Amino acid sequence: MIDIAIIGGGPAGLSAGLYAARAGMKTVLLEQFVPGGQAAQILTLENYPGFPAGIDGPALTMAIAEQAQHAGMEIEYRTVNSIRRADGGHFRLISDDGELTARAVIIASGAIPRKLGVAREKELTGRGVSYCATCDGAFFKGKRVAVVGGGDTALTDALVLANYAEKVYLIHRRDAWRGSPRLAERVQAQPKIEPLLKRTVQQLLGDDKLSGLLLRDSASGLETTIEVEGLFVAVGISPVSEFVAGLLEQNASGQIITDRKLQSSVPGIFAAGDVRDTLLRQVITAAADGALAATMAAEYLLDNQ
Amino acid sequence: MAIVTITKDNFQSEVLEAKGAVLLDFWAAWCGPCRMLSPLIDQIAAEMPELKVGKINTDEQEELAERFQIMTIPTLMVFKDGQPVNKSIGVIPKAAIAKLVE
Repeated sequence: MIDIAIIGGGPAGLSAGLYAARAGMKTVLLEQFVPGGQAAQILTLENYPGFPAGIDGPALTMAIAEQAQHAGMEIEYRTVNSIRRADGGHFRLISDDGELTARAVIIASGAIPRKLGVAREKELTGRGVSYCATCDGAFFKGKRVAVVGGGDTALTDALVLANYAEKVYLIHRRDAWRGSPRLAERVQAQPKIEPLLKRTVQQLLGDDKLSGLLLRDSASGLETTIEVEGLFVAVGISPVSEFVAGLLEQNASGQIITDRKLQSSVPGIFAAGDVRDTLLRQVITAAADGALAATMAAEYLLDNQ
Repeated sequence: MAIVTITKDNFQSEVLEAKGAVLLDFWAAWCGPCRMLSPLIDQIAAEMPELKVGKINTDEQEELAERFQIMTIPTLMVFKDGQPVNKSIGVIPKAAIAKLVE
């Protein structure tokens, strides 16, 4: 029997594993891909304390994974499809490769880029629609593209794409950017970027690949089309929490609501990191969440022997 | 089987003229999700010795990326006896990769 099962191997889950294992708990972390999460996709983390020159995302997460495994945490590669309550206050973690039973669970499944929510978005993904400008920008050399979103990611994406594309439309539904003024200034100064504020994407045009967008002006209601071969979606992240829908309390965005112990509405199930209803989503806050959730989960197990 | 670096020069001999299944991973160094998928491809290659696995760096092999209309990476393609039979976009779990090459 597992004492503490951790779902997800990003900074939150790995840090939880480190603390749970060091608390003497039999700790198993379940990961679908390789440990690291979103942090492992960042080339240089510039705001993680202790590294004045910045640190490589995968290097940091691999080091935490190694440290946690050294402390006794085990990693199992599987996708958890659902969690069910079992006798004795235990939890059954259901996956394609069978079931595991644990006495306490920490959900640290993180978040993924949010979809725009427009028809045919999935069908045209990889056919013009993308969620990663640094990955796919180079495929649009000399072409016309659009970015949708108004935060730091959208502004950064527009700047990255301006290095490749002939023209970058930056579409945002509000009348001002949500991102930092410094980035907004750089966007303003880049002649290839044309801001289209107060516009929403109504329709993706094109048969087997994207050829344009139908936009709607939210003030006047007027619809216009623009010709683009690429659409980069940067409208934030959404939590990976569908597998616990209906089991525990979530906010309207699907983030798991926790108390000050990071315990969910189900005693014995805790949440940490980007999947949680929290105010800052950084590597350091994810790591801190993991430490607190593991400590509280260990305390819960001692109280419920 | 060892993982082969595929370029426009060896594509014909390593992929089109290959007997059986070839799994191709289109990737680039600056692509974060590719870094997540890459170790899984390595594991698949180690566990399925009969499968040929090739990696294509889209940054260096623009012609191949264009030829197969790669517009997002990571993209996986499966060829059987020289014919493309399957394609998958984005990071997918190992079991899903294994299913792709079956």
